[in-house]
Amino acid sequence: MIQAIVFLPLLGAILAGLIALAGAHARNPSGDTVEHHGEVHGPGDHHAPAEPPAAGTAAAEFITTALLFVSAALSWITFVNVGFFKQDMLVQVLPWITSGDLQIAWSFRVDTLTAVMLVVVTSVSSLVHLYSVGYMDEDPHRPRFFAYLSLFTFAMLMLVTSDNLVQLFFGWEGVGLASYLLIGFWYQKPSANAAAIKAFVVNRVGDFGFSLGIFAVFMLIGSTDFDTIFSAAPGLTGKTIDFFGWHVDALTLTCLLLFMGAMGKSAQFLLHTWLPDAMEGPTPVSALIHAATMVTAGVFMVARLSPLFELAPNAQAFVMLIGGTTAFFAATVGLVQNDIKRIVAYSTCSQLGYMFVAMGAGAYSVGMFHLFTHAFFKALLFLGSGSVIYAMHHEQDIRNMGGLKDKIPFTYFAMVIGTLALTGFPLTAGYFSKDAIIESAFVSHNPFAFYGFLMTVVAACLTSFYSWRLIFKTFHGKPHDRHHYDAAHEPPLWLLIPLGVLAAGSLLAGYPFKELFAGHGIEEFFRASLKMHPNIIEEMHHIPATIAYLPTLMMVIGLFVAWMFYIRRPYLPVELATQHQALYRFLLNKWYFDELYDIIFVRPAKWLGRFLWKKGDGFVIDGFGPNGVAARVLDVTRGVVRVQTGYLYHYAFVMLIGAAGLITWFMFGLGGQ
Amino acid sequence: MTIGLGHYLAVGAILFTLGILGIFLNRKNIIVILMSVELILLAVNINLVAFSAFLNDIVGQVFALLVLTVAAAEAAIGLAILVVYFRNRGSIAVQDINMMKG
Repeated sequence: MIQAIVFLPLLGAILAGLIALAGAHARNPSGDTVEHHGEVHGPGDHHAPAEPPAAGTAAAEFITTALLFVSAALSWITFVNVGFFKQDMLVQVLPWITSGDLQIAWSFRVDTLTAVMLVVVTSVSSLVHLYSVGYMDEDPHRPRFFAYLSLFTFAMLMLVTSDNLVQLFFGWEGVGLASYLLIGFWYQKPSANAAAIKAFVVNRVGDFGFSLGIFAVFMLIGSTDFDTIFSAAPGLTGKTIDFFGWHVDALTLTCLLLFMGAMGKSAQFLLHTWLPDAMEGPTPVSALIHAATMVTAGVFMVARLSPLFELAPNAQAFVMLIGGTTAFFAATVGLVQNDIKRIVAYSTCSQLGYMFVAMGAGAYSVGMFHLFTHAFFKALLFLGSGSVIYAMHHEQDIRNMGGLKDKIPFTYFAMVIGTLALTGFPLTAGYFSKDAIIESAFVSHNPFAFYGFLMTVVAACLTSFYSWRLIFKTFHGKPHDRHHYDAAHEPPLWLLIPLGVLAAGSLLAGYPFKELFAGHGIEEFFRASLKMHPNIIEEMHHIPATIAYLPTLMMVIGLFVAWMFYIRRPYLPVELATQHQALYRFLLNKWYFDELYDIIFVRPAKWLGRFLWKKGDGFVIDGFGPNGVAARVLDVTRGVVRVQTGYLYHYAFVMLIGAAGLITWFMFGLGGQ
Repeated sequence: MTIGLGHYLAVGAILFTLGILGIFLNRKNIIVILMSVELILLAVNINLVAFSAFLNDIVGQVFALLVLTVAAAEAAIGLAILVVYFRNRGSIAVQDINMMKG
């Protein structure tokens, strides 16, 4: 069954890919001649004369979507089997690498942690497939799009079912590739290409650390299988290794390196810059990859390696520091953004920070709980934003929206439900998981526990503010763009069904799972798949009531301020922005991270490249290398040619000199002896 | 004053030098170069004959006769080439003949 779950999406990807290839071949039979349409597909050209859709589009859509739904159904069955009937599985598929001590096999490890991820990935992915059928209906390259989506799902499933670090890395890179392809799906847009490259390069930074971490694990333990690692890890406490001349604690270093990979993939502080730019991709992609699944791979990886992280308290402290900082930082930036998708993207970034706070506190199941609920409401928010964008004819700026709630009531309700869940309105899904994270940060013994607690509480207030700001500016008030407002219409059923399902999930995914993820059922539910901090769940149940109500209070404050700012007194935010110009600009420019990185990394890299190009290649290699030798020979011959004048008396003179020289040599040199 | 070997050799050397200089310093006519070549050959002949008499060896004079024949043939061929060249190019000035280069 697990094989079917993992490989059905791959099958769909291959079939859709073949259809896409056949379509591409039919469009350009000669192969390499590219037609120039002079038009850009995607947002902004809604009314451009559309290319006819590729042949077999409907087939590709049907195949991939149907296979994904089968996969999702099987995942839920697996979830029940594993979670409640304790039927953990370890399925060996194929040996992969056998080289001396290095033994790596393709195998599926299905325990509760994996089952949770399976459910999240396949459910959201199948809904997004369904949604894309409607959302992408004007794009001529749909078979390619669906092939990429299914390929992504396959890679993500390989990631979550892996039984060793190398297979995890395979899935890790696979989702990175799919993410790159999908961000750059509208390849005619330069900004989409730039965003795709940025996402890929920033992820390489994290992956560099991740692969170093895998090497460190192999060096220390001699295996990459999780079972071997976890059983050998306690014996490594206190061991130190040399790292660039420092004697560092082996486990701490390994965990930090592995966490670096998680920071890249999950867009944590310092490596977050790619995520907002990734919104250049189609909206369903943002919902699937950049909200619900791929960006949570880092969280999953830390949870999967919880037995290691539990042994490295310093690494945990760092995890909490980064998580708290990200939660706060991304929320502040989200306050002032104007692109509807970017707001949700920063919100994602911030919520991932929450998850890492829980990871740092040692409450891994709580972080997984937030991952689980977040997948529903963040996918809902993205797909809702997609509906708004669809209704507004690819308008993404919330300043040009307003008053849409009467035009697209269903989308409005879905978005409100998503926002309620995101901000932690009582009894929605986000309420349980977010409160649990804040509580876990409060009771944690991590050195940065208070910092993490403070940051998450403040971020809760900010989250509430920017989320309601988005709702109020989009759906309430007066319409700012009459033309688009009049043309706005509720999207077709393809788009509404996924919204409805996700809205139900956002409301209901919290309470039934509360005990399993953050209560007394953890031991029974997760068993050996997670190694929790021993006392944290117990302590979470004995916190002061004021702390328990604090997140809700923060949510209400944020809601009230947003209501004040955007419904009651709309002139207030403008005044505030003009009064605190510097702060406003600082936030609007995302703390100037892009500019900073441009100065620190991009420009020196370009300078180095130009230096090597002009000086290294142009001057040294072309001057003295292969080309250079040829050029020097030419220089010499050019001189020699000038000696050859063509005048007889010059030749005769040279002859005479030669003869004279020869005779002199014979007489005084050789002949003289 | 008896005329010895040294004097003959001196005359030969003077003729040789005149021939060399004739080749170098001449900028006008190719025929002068041909004549200079003849002069050089004559200088060689004088040397050969002088040594032949000095050493009582007849081979030197035989060789001088051979050189004279070769010189005559060479002059004939050279003049023939010059005539053809003049017909084609309309000039046999040394300065105009500079096509022998890459």
